[in-house]
Amino acid sequence: MIYDTFIAPFAEFEFMRRALVGTIAIAFGAAPVGIFLMLRRMSLIGDAMAHAILPGAAIGYLLSGLNVFAMAGGGLVAGLVIAIGAALIARTTELKEDASLAGFLLISLAVGVTIVSVGGSNVDLLRFLFGSVLGLDDQTLLLIVSITTLSLLALALIWRPLVLECVDPGFLRSVSRAGGPAHLAFLALVVMNLVGGFHALGTLLAVGIMILPAVTARFWARDITMMIAIAVASAGVAGYTGLLLSFHAGLPSGPAVILVAGALYAASVVVGPVGGLLWQAFPGRHLEA
Amino acid sequence: MGEQLRFRDLTLGYERHPAVHHLNGAIETGALVAVVGPNGAGKSTLFKGIVGVLKPLAGGIERGGIDPRDIAYLPQVAEIDRSFPISVYDMVSMGLWRGKGLFGGIGHGDRGTVEAALAAVGLTGFEGRAIGTLSGGQMQRMLFARLLLQDARVIVLDEPFSAIDAKTCADLLELVRRWHREQRTVLAALHDIEMVRANFPDALLLAREPVAWGRTGEVLTPENLTKARRMCEAFDEQAEACVVEAA
Repeated sequence: MIYDTFIAPFAEFEFMRRALVGTIAIAFGAAPVGIFLMLRRMSLIGDAMAHAILPGAAIGYLLSGLNVFAMAGGGLVAGLVIAIGAALIARTTELKEDASLAGFLLISLAVGVTIVSVGGSNVDLLRFLFGSVLGLDDQTLLLIVSITTLSLLALALIWRPLVLECVDPGFLRSVSRAGGPAHLAFLALVVMNLVGGFHALGTLLAVGIMILPAVTARFWARDITMMIAIAVASAGVAGYTGLLLSFHAGLPSGPAVILVAGALYAASVVVGPVGGLLWQAFPGRHLEA
Repeated sequence: MGEQLRFRDLTLGYERHPAVHHLNGAIETGALVAVVGPNGAGKSTLFKGIVGVLKPLAGGIERGGIDPRDIAYLPQVAEIDRSFPISVYDMVSMGLWRGKGLFGGIGHGDRGTVEAALAAVGLTGFEGRAIGTLSGGQMQRMLFARLLLQDARVIVLDEPFSAIDAKTCADLLELVRRWHREQRTVLAALHDIEMVRANFPDALLLAREPVAWGRTGEVLTPENLTKARRMCEAFDEQAEACVVEAA
């Protein structure tokens, strides 16, 4: 019974195995980036970036069909162009970064949907918006795993300036010139991981696997390394459980994964030891010293 | 002993309005100088110029061959995100940055150094604490520990003792005196005239333009202090371009 529910779908069906590998790989890449997005108060910017990559992927699709590398390349270029464009506009005009990015994201979502609708079918549009985690071919899996590997390596490299830029940017500026490049590298990592997640979860939900595990982890840890570990674990659990849910209950898989991630978050808000509602309501007797 | 910092007709400011106006002079290596003046006198601006955060509007600063990033700087208001999940130990160990660079490991070998710095400021036992749980005085001590680890030849402190208790103040002053004994050049912007008289051999009285500069006893006279207080705080929106020749 347990085997049938929890293991059999993956043992018997290759597409399920692929989907699982894909989502676990995405979990390892996206969750740490999500923690930094959350700590830098850029969570909604992550959402905006996800919409920004759509026109790039759509153009890649127009030019080369459903070629994974074309779409990924297009998405990457679009994401980076928009990240830098928004930053430049914020720097040179009165508009602040959040507003300039909002402008870009809305335009790019509309442009992307238009391109896909005109150039392709409704099925393709749904794929772009919601992903096709059950249809991950070898190339896509390769792309996802490469992105995760590159992302983890890059994060390890820029770890120190990234952390310091969040905590004490003045000090970083006074001892190093690495702050600016580290910030840009981080934006590139966000775009990269969104491009990876886009194939499995689509443009509307890709950022969910980045942000939801991160905000979940906030309720379980006070130390950044522990937070990352918990975020990765919860993203992995969400992937595994979401796929099972979609298999047994016939739900669309991408949204099912994000629903589980959301449920974990909601549960953490209530029972999480760090600031969870239950603990706030019943803190226990204070200590002697 | 030689000059550590030389200011040549230095003007620093914001949007063309000078906050430090035509400053000329030098700071000797190993000097312990208090920079005193009313609010808006240009003390923080001068320090930002010294550490390279602010570019001069006119004139220049020579730093005796050292890189501005090798100057240890404690700003008046640190833009520190207290909600960030980082421990006191990790925060303080960032002081080793110049020695380690971007990728150098901060490992077990450095543990002793970091713990010694924490002990010097009286924060032994605080290693694992999240920075958000520190009081104002403890936070300031932590920043001083980080300064200690920077091991810089020039140290610039912008109002390091405001809003902290007398005991912490006394302990941190002892650190400043230790730096002076180690022949490091120390500049501190301070409001407490009595503390300056008691601890700092040299002083610069600044009111946008230098009012007096030299031994503390000669600088902090009632006449000079009154003169400094008469400085006008607001920028003059009708001001014309300044045509004073370099001295």
